[in-house]
Amino acid sequence: MISQIPLLSLLTFLPLAGMFVLAFVPKDKVLVLRGVTVAITLLQLALAVVVWLNFDTSLAGVNNPKTFQFVERFSWVRISGVGIFGNVAIDYFMGLDGLSVTMILLTTLITAIASVASFSVNRNVKGYFLMFLLLDVGMIGTFCALDFFMFYVFWELMLLPMYFLIGIWGGARREYAALKFFIYTLLGSVVMLLVMIGLSYSTQVMLFSPDTHSVILNPLTHKPEMYHTFSMLQMMNPAAMVKDSIFFGLGTDWRYIGFLGLFFAFAIKIPMFPFHTWLPDAHVEAPTAISVILAGVLLKMGGYAILRLCFGIFPEIAFALSWYIAMFGVINIIYGAFCAMAQSDFKRLIAYSSISHMGFVLLGIASLNSQGMMGAILQMFNHGMISAMLFLLVGVLYDRTQLRGILEFGGLANQMPKYFALIVIAMFAALGLPGMSLFISEAFVFIGAFQAWQMWAIIAALGIVLTAAYYLWTLQRMFFGALPERWNALTDVTPRELVTLIPLAGIIIALGIYPGPLLDLTTCSVNQLVTFVHSHGVIPSVVHGAAIVK
Amino acid sequence: MNDLILISLVALGLPLVAFVLVIFNQKALADRAHLISTPAIAFSLVLSLYVAWMKLKGLPLTTFEWSMDWIQFGTLPGYGPLKITVGVLLDNITAILMVVVTSVSFLVHIFSSEYMKLDSRYARYFAYLGLFTAAMMGVILVNNFFGLYMCWELVGFTSYLLIGHWYEQTGPQLASKKAFITNRIGDAVMWMGILLLFTEFHTFNYREIFALIYQGLPITFSIFGLSPETTLTVAGLLLFSGAIAKSAQFPLHVWLPDAMEGPTPVSALIHAATMVAAGVYFTARIFPLLTGDAMLIVSCIGGFTALLAATIAITQTDIKRVLAYSTVSQLGLMIMSIGAGAVAAGLFHLVTHAAFKACLFLGAGSVIHAIHRAQHGTADSELDAQDMRNMGGLLKKMPITGWSFIVATLAISGLPLLAGFMSKDEILAGVTAYGKLQSTMQHSVESQPFYIDHNAIAILLPFVGGIVTILTAFYMWRQVFLVFFGVPREVSLFERIRESSRVMTVPIVVLAALCLWIWYGPNPLAPESGWFLKKWVRTSAQVIPPQTAPTYAIVPQVLATDDATHEEPEVSPASSPIPSSQTTSTLDRLPQMPHQLALEAERHTVAPIVGEVAIGSALFGLLLAWLLYMLRPGVASTIGRKLGPLYRFSLRGWYIDEIYEIAVVAPFLFVARGLAWVDDRVVDGLVNATARTTVLLSRVVGWFDRYIVDGIVTLVGATVQFLGLMTRSLQTGRIQTYLAWVVASVVTLFVVIHYVVLAKP
Repeated sequence: MISQIPLLSLLTFLPLAGMFVLAFVPKDKVLVLRGVTVAITLLQLALAVVVWLNFDTSLAGVNNPKTFQFVERFSWVRISGVGIFGNVAIDYFMGLDGLSVTMILLTTLITAIASVASFSVNRNVKGYFLMFLLLDVGMIGTFCALDFFMFYVFWELMLLPMYFLIGIWGGARREYAALKFFIYTLLGSVVMLLVMIGLSYSTQVMLFSPDTHSVILNPLTHKPEMYHTFSMLQMMNPAAMVKDSIFFGLGTDWRYIGFLGLFFAFAIKIPMFPFHTWLPDAHVEAPTAISVILAGVLLKMGGYAILRLCFGIFPEIAFALSWYIAMFGVINIIYGAFCAMAQSDFKRLIAYSSISHMGFVLLGIASLNSQGMMGAILQMFNHGMISAMLFLLVGVLYDRTQLRGILEFGGLANQMPKYFALIVIAMFAALGLPGMSLFISEAFVFIGAFQAWQMWAIIAALGIVLTAAYYLWTLQRMFFGALPERWNALTDVTPRELVTLIPLAGIIIALGIYPGPLLDLTTCSVNQLVTFVHSHGVIPSVVHGAAIVK
Repeated sequence: MNDLILISLVALGLPLVAFVLVIFNQKALADRAHLISTPAIAFSLVLSLYVAWMKLKGLPLTTFEWSMDWIQFGTLPGYGPLKITVGVLLDNITAILMVVVTSVSFLVHIFSSEYMKLDSRYARYFAYLGLFTAAMMGVILVNNFFGLYMCWELVGFTSYLLIGHWYEQTGPQLASKKAFITNRIGDAVMWMGILLLFTEFHTFNYREIFALIYQGLPITFSIFGLSPETTLTVAGLLLFSGAIAKSAQFPLHVWLPDAMEGPTPVSALIHAATMVAAGVYFTARIFPLLTGDAMLIVSCIGGFTALLAATIAITQTDIKRVLAYSTVSQLGLMIMSIGAGAVAAGLFHLVTHAAFKACLFLGAGSVIHAIHRAQHGTADSELDAQDMRNMGGLLKKMPITGWSFIVATLAISGLPLLAGFMSKDEILAGVTAYGKLQSTMQHSVESQPFYIDHNAIAILLPFVGGIVTILTAFYMWRQVFLVFFGVPREVSLFERIRESSRVMTVPIVVLAALCLWIWYGPNPLAPESGWFLKKWVRTSAQVIPPQTAPTYAIVPQVLATDDATHEEPEVSPASSPIPSSQTTSTLDRLPQMPHQLALEAERHTVAPIVGEVAIGSALFGLLLAWLLYMLRPGVASTIGRKLGPLYRFSLRGWYIDEIYEIAVVAPFLFVARGLAWVDDRVVDGLVNATARTTVLLSRVVGWFDRYIVDGIVTLVGATVQFLGLMTRSLQTGRIQTYLAWVVASVVTLFVVIHYVVLAKP
């Protein structure tokens, strides 16, 4: 029954329906605008839960089209005989495996929470929510897409609303931050576009009709012909490589260039040192809810895309370069932690701590074993929760005081006891206290990395100490000691804010005590990916050429 | 699951439940929080006593273990099956420590209900106590390194919360932060040790790892390319680093004296009796895999710490700081003892120390509380309630506290009839035997991967033990004399001091009673004939490869045959990567290694003389204190002045805090600021410079476009226009002119074709 419903399309395009509704709501009906958005995001969350409940954890996905779930596939663009390029096929192709289903859950959850957190926006509310929902489409679409072209479209689609959300509803230096974010990401996208076209040029398959399983003929020549495809899964399939095309073979120079191109695009998103400087600016200037989405979801696209595309399409290069990726991961961890320690702006501190935490994702990915990669995926999920919580908490304070400087505050613990309790949970979760989710994921990253790159794991351990140092220092400066006179009237968290914070805190602790459900979702896919990468991209179980079967 | 294990888990769960109940009902409970917490911990104590009784009395030779899958990965490619289990290991040590933890915790709960009565965060305080107790029970019950690490960190977390209980003041803020970060350093290093073992043996379980090491070290067991034997030494030391931090050993001892900023009952529970002892417990737990080199380093660190802290304690004036340094020193003795192979003695001292140090801390708390009450609303309220120079003669005013304090002091200084004597005597005997054996052994350099001259170092250890005994007696009696004897130095304050209420004195008296010898054996002068050492605690056999053992009893042939006779016929295939429970059960029947037996024999020889020396040293220290602080009260300060630099060196704790501030904290902050600057100016500067360059380039291109590209277009246009202007004059409209042009053109064309085009070259 479930398989009959196009769940992923619904999930992706539900916000479009929301936008359509919003278009008819008058500008000044703020409550209705908020209500519609929250309803849409909650509905989306409910759909994601349906997906989760119906997800078969024994199916691997990754490079095997037969084991993807909730697959929707229609032919979208068919161009026959485009010069030397030959025939081109672009599909509307969506599906989920263990890598993406966790990200879908994360995205819908964070979006729902961010929509409630958006209530503090009161300037041009209609425009804000329209952009918010458009962003939502882009995010979900990116995680669902299995056709590179579609992936690219969604990836770019996300940029536009983000640009406006930061640039219009942001803080003092919003234009600068928005432009920096936009251009930086676009720079990566351009490179990705080039590699994508190259990959499509290098990948060729016969097309089969999904219903009759018969070969689709070229409408001009009426003969069976090969089509260049944008399907990610075919790009991973060595049998579909076009002989002597640019990315043909294994370990060639061009494949190194292709890998690095894609990696560059995604490293910006993660963000990886030295391409990270857009992040502190964007985070600091973005309104609270958008910071939450930036940290909670957008950074994870980088990690996800590296796993799915860089490692999936160029496994042998990933294998060869993993030492360097681990190195950059460790740089991220240590460098981010040091920078965080020196910040005097609370929000900037959390931005740098995100860089540090995302270093663990890189380190886990680069360990090239299931423990590390699973740790990396868990780390993305858990960091999404924790950074969302931290940014929400910064927002709470900012809404009341219009200040973010750590030294502006002091002694808040007694003035705002609930707030204090929540920030203790969030900060200790972020510094990897056992019993909280991030501990588990960092532990797995360490387990994996120690096995693969002993030295990097040992250096990364310094990060654990540094993280504790800067969080505790912040806690001390902002919450302990005497309360400055001017904050006597500061109010504790409101019920609306609690609605956004409590679920996150609950999930953080629940997953810290029992991470099983989340792990089960990813185990099979990660094992498949690891096997795939270790066999240098040659997997006998993939049938030659004829991989497009539903 | 075994009944005893189930009961142990309930004993762990009760304080946890109390924590949850209290933390979510802080407002409702307010000052009634102890009504939930105290019964929970009392019940937990009863259960622990039951478990200990059943275990020690009924099944002293059995080890119970129970595991449950917690996180399952299934079979991983290139790795094999991976799962992380949680489980309980219940042996005699665990059973004893359960009683120690719950009993001290119970007494501290009672004491606190009076001591913390007026505190504004009374409920939260009790909640944290519950969480701490649960985490601490976790540390001693858990059967694997992963679970240990989790509980270990949680213990540190609750310690952070409790040290910082009065976070309005600067002292607790800094102290709690320092405690957590210092512990984090040790934890991170320990975590590396755990990973080193896990990566090789694919399990976190203590006994499975021991069993696998016993089967022989695989050649792949290596860190930075070192040999497997050296790697085992490194692994042992990495694990021990966790204990260095938690048990406040040099160089990570600096947090413990500062931790005295927390409420005094917390100091008694966490920073004297239980949490800091966790490191000692853990060192004893990992003792089977400590190689000879590791043992030596461990015992040297312990010995040095004991000496260091004792020399600092003699000049402290804060009543709690003396006790804090004393704790560091005593923990050093325990670590030294375990490193020297006298594991049982170290654990024995852990238990007796828990009793007398908790008693001393609660006694100090009682004194501080009494002074606070006496100060209340008077002119004396400016006085430091913890400065011993403001006390004196308090025995008259607070007899119960005072006499209990004296009993505990007798115990810690190691005088007969008290438990402290028994355990300290055992430690000194063990260390002496070790030092003697190490210094007379034959060296085989080639078997030691990195060569350490054992002779020079190990022989110092017994002397360190002796000096520490003298110093301990000295600083403890100095404290007793300063606080309870002599003339009151603040007379008006003294007059108002009253003995604390029953709620506080009863726990102190109970703890003082626990300092008597009778709980540990019938003969106060012969500790090893007592049931504690004879029946309860047994030194575990080591599992290290013979060539890594201390070389003072090399009998490789004997060992080889030993191995052969004790090798259990394996029921399960020996090649299976995860050892079965049958494999681990052989651990219990494992013979002591030759060097352990040699040590045991040597200890018997040296024990009588060591006992006498120990009593002599303690009495000497006592006498010295009596001389300086009772007989001639002014002399001490004169000596202090005469030895100015040395005195300050001791008073400031060897300036270690200052050194760390300059050598560690400052550089780290400098690097942080430096990197932040680099990030802002260089990394981001490059980004912005790229942007500016692009803008500049676009201007240049714009200029080029406007003046060159567009210029050409304009030029073409202009040229055409000019030609147009030129030719326009031809358009006259007169037919004659056109005809003339046509003729001229034809003639020209003809000439051109004829002479140019058709001309033969």
